Amino acid sequence: MPAKIVESKPRPFKRVNLDPITLDIIENAMLNARYEMDAVLFRTAMSPGIREQHDEFPMIANLEGKMVVGQFGSFIHGFKEAYDGTIEEGDMFLTTDPYSCNGAISHINDWLLLRPIFKGGRLIAYAAMFGHMTDVGGKVPGSLPTDAREIFEEGIRIPPTKIYKNDVLQEDMLDLILHNCRLPHWNRSDFNALVAAIRTAEKRVIELSERFGDDVFYSALDELLERNKRAMGKLIKNTVPTTKQYFEDYVCDDGLGMGPYKIKCAMWRKGDKVIFDFDGTDPQSIGSINFYLNEEMFKMFCGVYMIMVFDPQILFNDGFYDLMEVRIPYGTLLKPREPAALSCRTHALGRIFDVLGGLLGQGNPDFLCAAGFSDSPHFMYSGYDKNGEWYQLYSIGFGGIPGKPFGDGPDGHSLWPSFTNVPNEFLESYFPLRIEVYETIADSGGPGLHRGGNGLRMGYRFLEPGEISIHDDRWLTYPWGVNGGLPGRRSEKILHRADGSIENLPSKCDRIVVEAGDLLYFNTWGGGGCGDPLQRAPERVAFDAKAGLVTRAGARRYGVVLREDFSVNERSTRALRKKMADERGQAPIFNFGGDIDTLKARCEAETGHPPPSPPRFQSWAVAELEKQRKQASSRK
Amino acid sequence: MSYRLGVDVGGTFTDLLLVDESSGDVFTAKVPSTPDDSSIGVLNGIERVCANAGIDPGKITHVMHGTTVATNTILTGTGAKVGLVTTKGYQQVLQIARSFVPGGLGGWVIYNKSDPLAPLACTVEADERMGADGRVVRKLKVGELRQALRQLKGENVEALTVSLINSYANAANEKAVAKVARQELKGIPVSLSSDVVPEMQEYERTITTVANSYVRPKVSTYIRSLQRKLKRRMQSVQLHILRSDGGMASARVAEAYPVNLLMSGPAGGVSGAVWIAQQAGFNNLLTFDMGGTSTDVALVQNGKAQLRRETTVGDVTVRASSVDVRTVGAGGGSIAHVPELTGALRVGPDSAGAEPGPAAYDKGGEAPTVTDANVVLGFLPTEVRLGGDMRINRERAAQAIKPIADALGLSVKRAAAGIVDIVNENMYGALRLVSVEQGYDPRDFALIGFGGAGPLHANALGKLMSSWPVIIPPGPGVLCAYGDATTRVRDEASRTFIRRFQDTSVDQVARIFEQLAAKAERTLEREGVKQRERSISYQADIRYHGQGLLLTVDFDLRKLKSKGLDVIGAPFDEMHRQLFTFALDSDKELVNLRAVAQGKPANIAATQVARGGKQALKSAVIGTSNIFVDGKDRTAQLYDRSKLRSRNVIVGPAIVLEMDSTTVILPDHIGTVDDYGNILITPAD
Repeated sequence: MPAKIVESKPRPFKRVNLDPITLDIIENAMLNARYEMDAVLFRTAMSPGIREQHDEFPMIANLEGKMVVGQFGSFIHGFKEAYDGTIEEGDMFLTTDPYSCNGAISHINDWLLLRPIFKGGRLIAYAAMFGHMTDVGGKVPGSLPTDAREIFEEGIRIPPTKIYKNDVLQEDMLDLILHNCRLPHWNRSDFNALVAAIRTAEKRVIELSERFGDDVFYSALDELLERNKRAMGKLIKNTVPTTKQYFEDYVCDDGLGMGPYKIKCAMWRKGDKVIFDFDGTDPQSIGSINFYLNEEMFKMFCGVYMIMVFDPQILFNDGFYDLMEVRIPYGTLLKPREPAALSCRTHALGRIFDVLGGLLGQGNPDFLCAAGFSDSPHFMYSGYDKNGEWYQLYSIGFGGIPGKPFGDGPDGHSLWPSFTNVPNEFLESYFPLRIEVYETIADSGGPGLHRGGNGLRMGYRFLEPGEISIHDDRWLTYPWGVNGGLPGRRSEKILHRADGSIENLPSKCDRIVVEAGDLLYFNTWGGGGCGDPLQRAPERVAFDAKAGLVTRAGARRYGVVLREDFSVNERSTRALRKKMADERGQAPIFNFGGDIDTLKARCEAETGHPPPSPPRFQSWAVAELEKQRKQASSRK
Repeated sequence: MSYRLGVDVGGTFTDLLLVDESSGDVFTAKVPSTPDDSSIGVLNGIERVCANAGIDPGKITHVMHGTTVATNTILTGTGAKVGLVTTKGYQQVLQIARSFVPGGLGGWVIYNKSDPLAPLACTVEADERMGADGRVVRKLKVGELRQALRQLKGENVEALTVSLINSYANAANEKAVAKVARQELKGIPVSLSSDVVPEMQEYERTITTVANSYVRPKVSTYIRSLQRKLKRRMQSVQLHILRSDGGMASARVAEAYPVNLLMSGPAGGVSGAVWIAQQAGFNNLLTFDMGGTSTDVALVQNGKAQLRRETTVGDVTVRASSVDVRTVGAGGGSIAHVPELTGALRVGPDSAGAEPGPAAYDKGGEAPTVTDANVVLGFLPTEVRLGGDMRINRERAAQAIKPIADALGLSVKRAAAGIVDIVNENMYGALRLVSVEQGYDPRDFALIGFGGAGPLHANALGKLMSSWPVIIPPGPGVLCAYGDATTRVRDEASRTFIRRFQDTSVDQVARIFEQLAAKAERTLEREGVKQRERSISYQADIRYHGQGLLLTVDFDLRKLKSKGLDVIGAPFDEMHRQLFTFALDSDKELVNLRAVAQGKPANIAATQVARGGKQALKSAVIGTSNIFVDGKDRTAQLYDRSKLRSRNVIVGPAIVLEMDSTTVILPDHIGTVDDYGNILITPAD
């Protein structure tokens, strides 16, 4: 049974003609409301993850549930399909279960709140927002076990629930939920903050509707979606070829010693419509690297990426959804069957962006960006300090932004919108640790006409015994370069024990016991280079070398020879560049740093870790995928 | 007999306001600005205003001046080559910044980060370490630092910044670095982060201190040269510079901490607006300062401008208190365009600037600007003389708007109305940011419009905000000079003191406040402010333990001593509820403590205009203009502002002209002239 919308005074809205000015005014006002949601949340939330790093996403949708302003697209359609109950004035829904909202959120740490907005007894819009809670219970602090086999290990899972009914908070329910979390006061205040942000959006929507009239407001949202559809329609026609493009990339391992896992996608245009087909993607993992990918969210990723690359002026919303079709086979890494574990989903989520870039760029090499910081590495540290107080840190690391046709990738930055780092002085004053090194890693960005950004090295000195967890990837496969650009350097985590011993930590691990005085170097990866490094202005290479972002040896990878004082030795540079160009010949579009077999063969020698063994899949999943493939080919 | 002088240097005119401190009488003068060396214009102005007053310039004791030198140095990238000393492991603190990439999902694709304000090649590390608790973990290794600084010498740095980790908790290591630096880099100004902004957050503290070093040589040269010229004419004069937070600093302090001057210009406008509105009887107002390329707005409650703990200029954001002025890239020169893909009408952020300027100015500009739209609509009639001699060309304006009209399928007039509506909406967004979004109801505020284009758009903004009356003060330039002249000498001392309420005591907190007060008072003493003229106020930045936000609470130190920390805590709960609809049960945490010392307010009487009747003088009416408003053609009366008298009521649609501004009164609105020459616009009913 789909959800039933209950209105006390249902009356149809009238589609009216709008002058373009009114439309633009409403568009701006909606954008303002969306930014105001962020502002309210950041200021009142408590967990560093939301407050400092901004791990949260707002949305305002029209009354059909289509996103008009926001970031990741709307999930309301899927929610309404799946929710067996009523949607009434005064309701506020809370859910944390990816399987109950068709992947609108992709792990249980994300608390999603949804508010239907009513005016005069009619539903006029929705506001929604989700934020990442530092802890939601489960088997490890941070609730993101790297070795989970089922979602039940990942903390308290909340199906779509009316946490407010008739605008009354269901306190028993909230208490029950908080009782299952390690840091209930953070969850409570972050929850309050999400509610406050959503109420802000509601106020703005009602004000707008009052200012312009309900029918004008309704029509304007419709028209904004239409306007976007028209613009995207042109964009798709101009940029997506009708011949099939293929691209594949990998998640390096599953934390259980197996990998890499393939994500494969085909893209082609049929008339006005672009089709994405993930056939060929590996079956779901028995571990926790599965990423339950919502088709609509993928459309949004794709639409936004196209807009950014080709025409950043377009305002993105859900209007273009009909122009895209996304096929994700059931039982794959990207559409796992409940109750598959999802707690390490961040790697596949990030990798989707590299896949997208590779797909869209093939037909338009002038707009092709390199691979890069397609992940959000997690670092967690928890324990009891000497006063017996529980401390628990969850933080997201940053790295090298890829080189792109428009310029260099920044060093040690975030690919995720609105994310920022936590100030180290803040960390040091609230957690028992000291950040001794905070710098980007010279030469880790892939050389190119536009250099890939450098990865980040953070040296954490622990001041109390505790446990750490790490989620990271790209330690086996490279952030690839494009159009002659070279790959960026891979990630590594090295633990220097206080007793002098050194441990090379795997990219995914939990409950590593650390002692006071131990020092962890968490090195993230660099972005791939974009364009021919031999074409980069030698002065710019010299500038980077003098700044310490590239070494002297690194400068030679651009064919640039530097003197003692970092000035360019032009004669030697010309000679070296000619020699390198002759040896290299025609540069490939993509440079992956070797195929998977080669990478595995060199793995132990280069990374100090044994190569992962080929993934074992559940037999039903393999059979299921085979069945779907047959069905698909018989339809043809 | 002593006189104080307010000076505002604008792009076109330099305005001066001379105050007789005993009688409160004021005299004004307006002279052309001299952009190459603005002190020439200032000196010319001083001669003129003293002649008007019939006094010898030697009688002026205080010159109060708002300046945009610091701002422009950052905007034009013409600051000093700054060397930076960081803690070992932190050389790239500015390169990494906060890892933030603007522009939303996929924003990285088009984001190109600019190079740090202190080049990496001029950044060296010091081997030392301070703990977060203020305990020295490792003392400075002097020998290595000496080596590194010698290297910097070779790079010809012009200013040095020292910013070490956790120096907000203990400045000992920074001071040790400074000692070595003064030996190794003789004659180069050194700024310490623990001195400029002793607050937590390494990136923010570093960028703020680097910005201080970056603008320091330019500001210093400017202030010294101005001071030298003033002294030549007036032996006993003291020069004061207006700070971003609306306070006055002595020339000496301004020179050492120029990062506090980044909003000096807009702060003058806000201070002037506050003063003038108070004369007219309004203490709660929204200020609306619309210029050629941008618009500044601010909220004033109970006669006090809201302050913010950070200042943004271009892409540099620093931790320095400033009047909470929000700037949007919308002004008279903003260019309208219609992107092909969406067919939407956009205005700005590109601007035609002063050169070539709007098409209507006939200086070679062809792009359709907001000014051109105003010309097409008849709001800027051809009778207007820009700065006295430039004429407005209506045909050119219409030609410029034509392509926009065609793209939208509208008539030229309707397209022009659309451009004005959109730009109004952008400015409305900025006004909402400082009002509604901070929990204030704009209906409780008057709106004061100034700047070159403010009086043109103020009535429309008043309508959108429901903020009445809309106040149009006479002479937008003099307004800033009023701000300069009426500002009090002010200094603040602050420190970060992060403690939960239960982990500290009233005694401990009160003691710190007393120390801070003494420090702030010393500055005033050096500026010659007598003890009986000083007043001290106290502020605490506070939050719920675990939150990132800080709210500033003003309180009475005596009450704190007698009644305890709840004197700070209770107002915080209330503010939190007002801003965010809820308060929490959690522990409260002090973060920054601050004492603010101020000198006495100036004794000034505003100039009054002659009294008249309801009807304006016949000679005040100078013609009509055909305007297009609310989708209809109308005829507006044109008035000469200099002929208006107190109590005159002007019925809209009407346009009031003066030398450097044009006021629009919309249909169904009336403008009433008050005793000070302000036009107060309200709905007609």
